[in-house]
Formats: sequence, C-alpha cells, structure tokens
Amino acid sequence: MAEPSQLSQYIESFVDSSRSPTQQAASLEAIASLLKNNQLTIETLVREMEGYLTTVDNIIRARGILLLGEVLVCLASKPLDDATIHSLIGFFTDRLADWRALRGALVGCLALMRRKSSGGMVCGSDAKAVAESYLQNLQVQSLGQYERKLSFELMECVLERYPNAVASLGDTLIYGICESVDGEKDPHCLMLTFHIIEVLSRLFPDPSDALAGFAHELFEILGCYFPIHFTHQKDEDMTIKRDDLARALMLAFSSTPLFEPYAIPLLLEKLSSSLPSAKLDSLRYLTDCTMKYGADRMAKHIEAIWSSLKEAIFTSLDSVLLFTPESLEGPDLPKNEIAAEALSLLEKLIVQNTKLFLDLIVGDEDISMIFNTLSDYKNYHEIPLERKQRLNAVGRILFTTAKASQVSCNRVFECFFSRLMDILGLSARNSSGQPFFEESILISKRCNHGALYLSIEILSACRDMIASSETILAATSHTEETWKYLLQSFSSALTMGFCSAFICSSEGTHDAATYIGVKGLLILATFPGGYSLISKTVFEKILVTFVSIINEEYSKRLPWKLALKALVEIGSFIERYHESEKEPSYMDIVVEKILSLAFVGDFGIPFPLRLEALSDIGTSGRSYMLKVVQGLEEAIYANLYEVYVCMANKLLLILKDNYHVHGSTNSAEIVTHLLKCYSDKVIPWIRCEKGFEEVLLQFAINIWNQFENSTHFNASQTNKKGVLDVMMKAMRLAVANCSEEKQNIIVQKSYNILSSSISFPLEEMLLQEGFQIAQEVDNISSRDEWVLSLFAAVTIAVHPQTHIPNTRSIVSLFMTTLLKGNVVAAQALGSMVNKLDLKSMRGQTSSDCTLEEAMDIILNLSLWIFDKNSSSSIQSKMISVHDTGLNDLSNGVGSCTSLQIHAILGLAWIGKGLLMRGHEKVNDITMIFLRCLQSSGRAGISHQETSISENNYKLDLHNSVMKTAADAFQILIGDCEQCLNREFHAIIRPLYKQRFFSAVMPVLQSLVMKLEPLSRSFLFRASAHVIIDTPLIVVLSDTKKIIPMLLDGLSALSNDVVDKDVLYGLLLVLSGILMDKNGQEAVSDSAHTVVNCLVDLTRYPHMMLVRETAMQCLIAISGLSHARIYPMRTQVLQAVIKALDDPKRAVRREAVRCRQAWSVFSECWHQLHQEASISNSFHSFSQVQ
Amino acid sequence: MTLGLINANPVVHAKKERVVRNEDPHGDDAVDPLEIYDILLLLANFVRDIRDPEHPYSLEQLSVLSEESITVDEKLGRILITFTPTIQHCSMATVIGLCLRVKLKECFPPHFKVDIKVAPGSHADEESGDVRKTNAFNKLLNDKERVAAALENPNLRQLVDECLYSNEL
Repeated sequence: MAEPSQLSQYIESFVDSSRSPTQQAASLEAIASLLKNNQLTIETLVREMEGYLTTVDNIIRARGILLLGEVLVCLASKPLDDATIHSLIGFFTDRLADWRALRGALVGCLALMRRKSSGGMVCGSDAKAVAESYLQNLQVQSLGQYERKLSFELMECVLERYPNAVASLGDTLIYGICESVDGEKDPHCLMLTFHIIEVLSRLFPDPSDALAGFAHELFEILGCYFPIHFTHQKDEDMTIKRDDLARALMLAFSSTPLFEPYAIPLLLEKLSSSLPSAKLDSLRYLTDCTMKYGADRMAKHIEAIWSSLKEAIFTSLDSVLLFTPESLEGPDLPKNEIAAEALSLLEKLIVQNTKLFLDLIVGDEDISMIFNTLSDYKNYHEIPLERKQRLNAVGRILFTTAKASQVSCNRVFECFFSRLMDILGLSARNSSGQPFFEESILISKRCNHGALYLSIEILSACRDMIASSETILAATSHTEETWKYLLQSFSSALTMGFCSAFICSSEGTHDAATYIGVKGLLILATFPGGYSLISKTVFEKILVTFVSIINEEYSKRLPWKLALKALVEIGSFIERYHESEKEPSYMDIVVEKILSLAFVGDFGIPFPLRLEALSDIGTSGRSYMLKVVQGLEEAIYANLYEVYVCMANKLLLILKDNYHVHGSTNSAEIVTHLLKCYSDKVIPWIRCEKGFEEVLLQFAINIWNQFENSTHFNASQTNKKGVLDVMMKAMRLAVANCSEEKQNIIVQKSYNILSSSISFPLEEMLLQEGFQIAQEVDNISSRDEWVLSLFAAVTIAVHPQTHIPNTRSIVSLFMTTLLKGNVVAAQALGSMVNKLDLKSMRGQTSSDCTLEEAMDIILNLSLWIFDKNSSSSIQSKMISVHDTGLNDLSNGVGSCTSLQIHAILGLAWIGKGLLMRGHEKVNDITMIFLRCLQSSGRAGISHQETSISENNYKLDLHNSVMKTAADAFQILIGDCEQCLNREFHAIIRPLYKQRFFSAVMPVLQSLVMKLEPLSRSFLFRASAHVIIDTPLIVVLSDTKKIIPMLLDGLSALSNDVVDKDVLYGLLLVLSGILMDKNGQEAVSDSAHTVVNCLVDLTRYPHMMLVRETAMQCLIAISGLSHARIYPMRTQVLQAVIKALDDPKRAVRREAVRCRQAWSVFSECWHQLHQEASISNSFHSFSQVQ
Repeated sequence: MTLGLINANPVVHAKKERVVRNEDPHGDDAVDPLEIYDILLLLANFVRDIRDPEHPYSLEQLSVLSEESITVDEKLGRILITFTPTIQHCSMATVIGLCLRVKLKECFPPHFKVDIKVAPGSHADEESGDVRKTNAFNKLLNDKERVAAALENPNLRQLVDECLYSNEL
C-alpha cells in the first residue's frame, strides 16, 4: 500500500491550480500507476479525496472531480467490480447537475460509459439514469466548446452503447437532443451532432414511433446546415475538412425516411443553385437518400427530380466530344463532376422506379425535340455548339437509361433505337446481311452524324449491360427481349451505316465522321456472347474494313490510328472475355494480314508504320503477341541473313547493276527497324507479362545460332555499324530480362562461339608485349568483331550471379580489345568488374578469377602504359615496330597517344563499375587520371629530342590525352543508359555519387592550387564533370567550398567553343544554387565574383542557352540582400543593355526581365533617398539601412 | 494618393489566341511586333496598379494595345506604336504613353527610334473635332525634351515608376 501522505501529496499537487500542467500530469500518472499496480484501491482513493470532492470551494471541487474522472480514463482496461462502477457512475450522474464542476463529471461519465464488457460495464439502468440526468441538468448550448464536445460525446456514447435503455425515454430524449444540438457551430461538435441525429433515427425506425412527431423539428435543425459552407482557415482544424462534414450531414439526412417530405424539396431547390459545390452536394445527397428512403417515398417526387436532373445534365456536360484515339474505348465517364454525379443518380432512380421513370424519359419533350431535329444537320461539325451540348446530354441520358437494366434497355430500343433507324433509313432484315440495291442511293441519308452518334450511345450501353450482367453464357435467354431482336435484325445494316460514315468522311475528311464510324464498328464487334448477337459475317466484315484501312489509308494519320486502336481493342476484348468463337477470325483476318506486312516488299505503307501496327496488335493479347513475335523474329533472321551472307553476292550484283544498291541497303535498314521495334516495343511488353522468358531466350540463342552458321560472313562496312548497334541493344535487353539460369545458357552458348572464333591472348604475353597485341587486334576480321561486341552486350546485361566461364582470359581479351578503342568491350569489362565475386566461392576452376585478380590484371597493364619509364620504352618500341621502313615518326607517337586515350576510356568504364559497387580500387584509377591531368605535357616531351615543330605537335596530342582523362570523370560519375544501371543488374551502392564527390573534390581543389594557371583548364573540366553529375542537393550542402572552383571553371571553360556543353551544364548547377534559399545565402559572400562571372557569360558567343541562363542567374541574384548587391548595379545594367541587342529573342526577353528586376531595386533605392514618405512595399529596405 | 476611378467600368475584351512562333534554333531572330508586345505586356495590370484594384485586366484585355498596332522596321531601327486609350481623358493617356516610352527605352537598344501615337478617333480631344489637339498630343509624346522634362517632375516620375515596377514588388 502506498503511504497516505504521498498519495495526498499527489492529490494536492493535481488539485492545486497554481502548479504547472506538467506537474499535474505527473501526479495524475503517479496515482493511476498506483491503482493499476493494485497498490491502491479506488475506495481508498475516494476516501482520501473526500474533502476535495465535497468542498464548497468551486475550483477545488472541480479539480477534485476532474482528477477522479481522469484517473478513470487511465483505468479504462483495468477490471473493476460492479459495485464500484455502480457507485462511481451514481456519483458522476449526480454531479452532472453541478455546473461549476461539470468537466470532471463529464469526463468521469464518459470514461465509465466507454468501458468494455471485459473489465466491468455500466448497467442499463445506470446508463438510463445518466441520460435522464443529462437531459434534465445540461444546457449544452450554454457551455464552452470543450464541454459541449464532451457532452456530445457522452450522448453519442449513450445512444450507441445503450440504445435499448434510453429508447424508453422516448419524447424526452428526442426533445432533449433537439434542444442541445440546435444552433451548434463548431465543426468538431457538428460532426458529433450529425452523428447523434443519425444514431437517434436508427433508434426509432418505425414511422409510428416517437420520432415522427419530431421529424420536422429535427430536420429544421439539420436543414440549415445544407449545403455545408466551410470557411475555416487552413492552419487550424486540419483534422476536419469540408468533405467530412458534408458526408456526416449526408448520413444524417438519409438516416430516416421520415425526413423525406422536407429533405427532397430542399435538395431539389439547392440543385438549381448556381454554386457548383451546392449542386454537387445536392446530387450526392439525393443519391444517398434515394437509396435509403425507398421507391415508394421517392415516387412522389419523381417528376420534380427528373426535370431538375435533366436541367443539371443539359447544362453541365461539355459540348465538345473528343475525337482522339485515346477516347475510343476509354472510361466513358464525363469529366464534369456534376454531370457524372447526375448520371449516376439517374441510373439509381431508373433501377429503383423503372416503369415510372421510363415513362418520363420516353415522354420527355426536350428529348423528342432533339430527335425531331436530328435530320437538320448531316455533318457533326455543322451542328451549332448549343445543339451539340444537348445532343451529347441526350446521348448520355439514353446511355445511362439503357444500361440500367434489361427492361429499360428494351424500352430504349423500342422507342428510340427504331426511330434512329428510321432517320438513318436503315431497314431491318435477317442477319444474313445481303446488301440491297438501294444501298448506294441511301448513302447520303445514312450519313447523319447526330443519329449515328445516338445509336452508338445506345449500342454501347446495351453492350456494357450484357457484359456486366454476367449472363453472357445464357445468351439464348435474351431471345424474348426486344433489344435482342432489334439488334440482330439491324446489325448488318448498321455496319453499312457506320462504314458509309467512314466513306463519306474520306472525301470531306472530318475527324468526327471517322471517329463515329470507327467507334460504331468497334462497338458492334465487341458485343459479347460469340456470334449469337452479331453474326459471323458482320464481325468479319468489320475486321476486313479495319484491316483495309490499315493497308490503304496510311497517309491519313487519324483514321489509321483509330482503326489500329479499334483492332487492338477488339483483340484484347476477345482475350478478356475468352471469345473462342471469334478468335480464329481475328487470327486469320487481322494478325496474319498484319504480320505479312513485315515481309511484303517495299511498296505501300512506310516501314515504321507497319511495325507500329504489328507491335500494337501484339499487345492486345498473349496469343497474338506470340504470333507477332514469331513473325517478327522470322523477319529479323531472314534480313540478318541477307546482311551477313548475301552481301558478298550483292556486291557483285551492285557492280553489275546499280539498281541493286538500293536493295542491299534496304535489308540492313529493314533489320534495323525490326530490331528497334523488337527492343522498344516487344521486350518492354514481355517484361510486364509473365511467362514469356522462353521467347527471349530463344531469340538470343537463335541470333547466336545464325551467327555460328554463317561462316561466309561479310557485312559491308557502310551499314554494319547501325545494324550492330541495334543488335547489341536488342541482345542486351533480351538477356537482361531473362532469369539467371537462362542467362547461363545464353552465356555458355555465346562463349562457345566466341572461343571457337577468337584465340585468347595469354596474360603473360599481354604484360610483356601488350602493344604488339594491340597491333594484332587491329587485324581481327569483321565477323570476329561482331562476335566480340555481341558477347560484350551479353556480358553487360547479366545478373551478378550468372557464371561467366574462363573469366581470366575474357578479362584479358576485353582489355586488349578496349585498347583498340572498342567502347563496348570497355563497358563490358566495367560491368564484369562491377559484378564479379569479391571472394572466390565454391570449387572454381583456375580459369575463373575474383575481383582482386581481375583488377590486378587490369591495373598492371594500365600502370605499365602510363608509367613514365616504360612509356618511353613502349614508344620507342612502337616507333620501331611502325617505322620499319617508313621512318614516319609522328605516326608512332600518334598511335601511342591513341593507345593512351583508349586505355583511359577503358579505365573510366572499369572505374565506374568499381565506383558503383563502392570498391576502394577505384581510387587507384582516379589517381591515374589525376596523374594524367597533372603531367602538363612534360612526360611526352622529355625523352624526345626533336625539333620544335614536332614538339608542338606532340604537346597537342598530349592535350587530347589530358582531355580524355578529364572527360573520364564524366563517365565515372555520370549515368549511362547502355550499361551499368539498374536495368542491367548493376550492383549499386547507395549514395556512391555523394561519396565520390566528397572524396575527389578536395583533391582536385588542392591540385588546382599547385599547378600553374595554364595547365589548370583540364582540371577545371574534370571538376566540372564531377559537379554537374553530382545530385544538386549534395552540391548545395557544400556550396561555400565549391563556388570558387565552379566560378573558375566557368571562366576557364568559356575560352573554348568545344567546351560549351560542359559550360552549360556547370552554369545550370550555378543557377540551381542561386534558385535555392540556402544556396543564395552561401553565395551571398562571393556575390561580387559571381556577378563578374555571369556578366562575362552574358556575352558568351557560342551558345544561346548559356547567355539566357546567365541572364536568369542575374535575375535570381537580384533577390539577394540589397546592401550586398547594390554596388554591382551599374555593372549589371550595362551588361543588360548590351544583351538587349542580342540576336536571339529568348536572351532579349530575359534581359528585359533582368533589367526590370534590377531597376526596381535601384528605383527603390532612389526613392529611399529622395522621399520621406516611403510606401509599405519598401519596408524591407528600411531595415537594411 | 488614390484618386477616384477615372474609368469605373472599362469594356473588357476577350483574350486573343496567341500565334505560336516557330523557333529557329539557328540564325538570328529579328525583332518583331509580337516581341515588343510581349515586353509591353509586362506592363500588364498596370491600370490596376495605378488606380484600381477592381480592374484586374491587362492592357490586352482592355484593348489598349494589340499586336496589330505595333510595327517594326528592323533595318531602319524604327518602332511605331499606336495605342487606344480606354479612358477619354487627357491625363491617363499621357501617362500610358509616357510609360510605354520609358519601358521601350529601357528594353531596347538605343539605336531603335520609338514613335508613339494615339489611335485616331480615340482621344476625347479629337472627338470634339479638334484634330490639331491629337497632333499636339502625339507631338508631346514624341518630343524628346518634353518627355525628359516630364520625367524630371518627381510626381510624374513616381507615377511612371509605379506603373513599371510596382507589380514586381
């Protein structure tokens, strides 16, 4: 047991209102934990507190009761016995009468009433006593906001948890609630009051109950809140939004049908209001009420509702229909929210009161007026705007009506569809669809776009109705339905109608006509249920029409696109609804025809369009895609064969006859297109679908097989590059999307072919006579080069876990190849290094190697190339190799430099691989680059004691090496699409760019300090690359240190035209810094240098974007502290005046803005000096001063 | 220093569709009327800024200026602007004219000669039949020394500055 003195201390400290809130909370917690741990019983506590609970001092009594209440809140889950609960609730019930100490009583009651049954609950009679005391004693509206909220919570709790106990209170309860909620304004309390009324109505469901007498009164209280107008500030009450209130009120409105006589007229009145939110709310409330009040009650209002609803739909719908391919089968919902709500209400009403409502619609004068005037205009674009809107509205209404149920669909077909057929002049006949002779005469009559549009709406509603009603299988059960009869008898005539809309349009070319024609045909073709509704002849006729458009109308963009889209829709419809009857027709007519496009010779449709059609049709379903992929691959192989093999024969032919030149380049061109299509369209689709991996595997393997078999490989130099590039891309993507085991198969296959065609260099030989190998690589045949490049493509794309055989030799092979200047080999090597195992695992053969070993091979070789001592020896060797007869000195030096350049490029890719996985060896590589940058051309010159002119030549060459070394940093840190990214399964360590940035920038900065100004420019270039490719946020955090480097870089780079892209990138970083708030602060100190630099750049002659961006930066700078930038004002304005005469408009525009920005500021400054009265806008200035 | 509304109910015109220019990435862009128009529209809302928060209209909507009312001769370096005051009283027309002049002086290199005119028939003085007054008005706007003198006047200068810069603050 706790010591009484300690307990009384706690109590005292809570009750004492002079203590701080934290102390009070602490003592409350202490007491609660004593109770929870059974160190104290409730009786003891109450006895101890007796004095506080019964004192005549109002404040102390209030605090005492509150303490008891709060303690009970803390004990919500502690079991208490019934007697205790009974006496406590009795106490609090009494206390409700004590208005001075009300809060504690409310808190206590609420805590007890909310108890779960597991720990002992308040019994029914006690709850009733609480309610009685509440109704008798509480004047809720005269209380403060917090107490009101508590009392509403209490009432809500009583109603929800003890409905039976309080229901017997009857009138008193309802009256009391009316009284307490009337006039409430606080949003939190309103949420509660709305809910109380909702629960209350549920309590008295019977119309003869007590509630009936109060329904009017209650609704008057509720009704004045509608529509909710909520103007709370954003900051406060973030918890409650207008929508929450509106929803709560809606539930209260629809809680009892007794509100119907009052609610519906109010809602209809507000529906005609001009406020959109009120309209929207009314429609939502009406929908909810319709569902809850029931058909009988709604029947009374149905006419009034229909007329207001019609009005709302007519005025809110857009008048413009979209005729784009996207809208062909998109969601049919109108964009306008009001219209959408109105239509959904309409649907609910029709379902509820079908007969009554259909009579209204059928007999409606506005609708029949539209029908009567349909034939006034033939073409859609001739119809005036207002009429279009009405037409659209009627279309939507008919759509909604027909879609609602079978009965309504029948009625619509009976009354409206047959009228439309009359207007269009289509005659009913059986579905055999023999064309009549008067067809051609009637063609002009059938081109009534308005009528066609309405028939489309009705047809699509009917289709959606069948599709959603799940009764497709029992299509025969529709036999007795009117719509079915009508649809069957008119389907072929309608097809003619839509086709003719199309034909009419091909002369006049109007989007609307084409769209309507295609859409109508599409809807007819996508009726579910096999051929029971739409006959096979009709279906096939539609397909043939579309295919012929694809084949012939390729010069017109919109019809072509629409037809293709429609075919895709039909395909995916067949797939989705498993329309097995229709699939063969589709396969025969559409897929086969389109596939043949990939083969047929070079007349007609442009090749890219054919491929677009092909790949789009493929995406409509899996079986079609399989077919398409097969066809595509066959075409690829056939054309590749041409490229590989027939080239030799062709060459002979070309010599004979010039005509064939066209033909031979053609197959290369075609295969380029085909492969592009394969990698851009097919592979992404396959990636999303499951289970197509096998296809990709086969594709890769087949390409390799074909390679293996084509021994007479002879690709001509002109077009092979493009083909090889797309082939590598397709190969990369295909491999990347395979699983590891499949990749293993491909790698093995490709390795076999590679090893059979290329002899691997030995590692030792590489070290000793690397340069000679580099010479030898020169001599590999073009077939070997293809094999090697393709193998590199495979290596780039594999998973880290995929096993690459004979790694050691392959590393060497790639190394020698990259020295020849093959970038793909370098990328492959980078990927390998990125993915190699760190430690040797399982029983590896001696030919495999770990990352360490691979790096040793690489670094040894490269160090040897760049080593000063050996480099002279290579050079002399090189020269001796080269100069055996010719004594051409510069050539030898040239090839040495190019060797170095290639080595640097290769190392850059390797370094990128290491950098991304976070391997420390990347430092070695970076050091090599830095050494190249520092060498300032001395290494190259020293050993050659030749004439000055040759020296100059060599210095130039050496510069190109240094430039490559600087650009290597771009490769290191920049993103690359071809390799080493997520798609190609690279190992990427988080924040690797950030790490590299913070590691390399200090080094670069210190190097800049050391070197003499002339040789700095490449260092600036290198650091520019690093800054550009680091995420801006990282640069921003380090702005102060970077800015000097960045500015020096900008001025160094601005000297040479070649650097303009780097310069622009760097300038963009600077503008990013200037746009950022923290960046501005950091720049503020060096504002003067920044402005100097930018002013120079506004005159940069080589690139408009640089001038424009510099101008924008100057504008951004004008936002700095005015005291800081005022001295630069004249300088900037002079620069701007020059820029006003810039040849480019964009620059002039920015100059005008810049001038505006800087003059504002100077004008203000003037005025500050001149005038005593300063307007408010210059307030900030006076502070500065 | 708020005065009463000089034109309480201006006629508002619909915004015209803008002509989209085909940007030529190479070669120089000549100054054309559209560009001047764009620059002058930076004066947008200046009627509001001077006088009246109730008129949130731009010069375009008030049809004080339009693209057709601007002509440029790049070779001779001449710009001619004809504007139509909505307000049929002298004071605002002068201020608008002055603003246009100052703005163009700032936004174009000095070798352009700018002429500003009031559209014939739009000015109150002309309606009264006195064509000479319109001419006098045009003369006033194009007289270098009188413009300079007007800008020397601190009150007038402040008014013009407010037109040109206040929307930026």
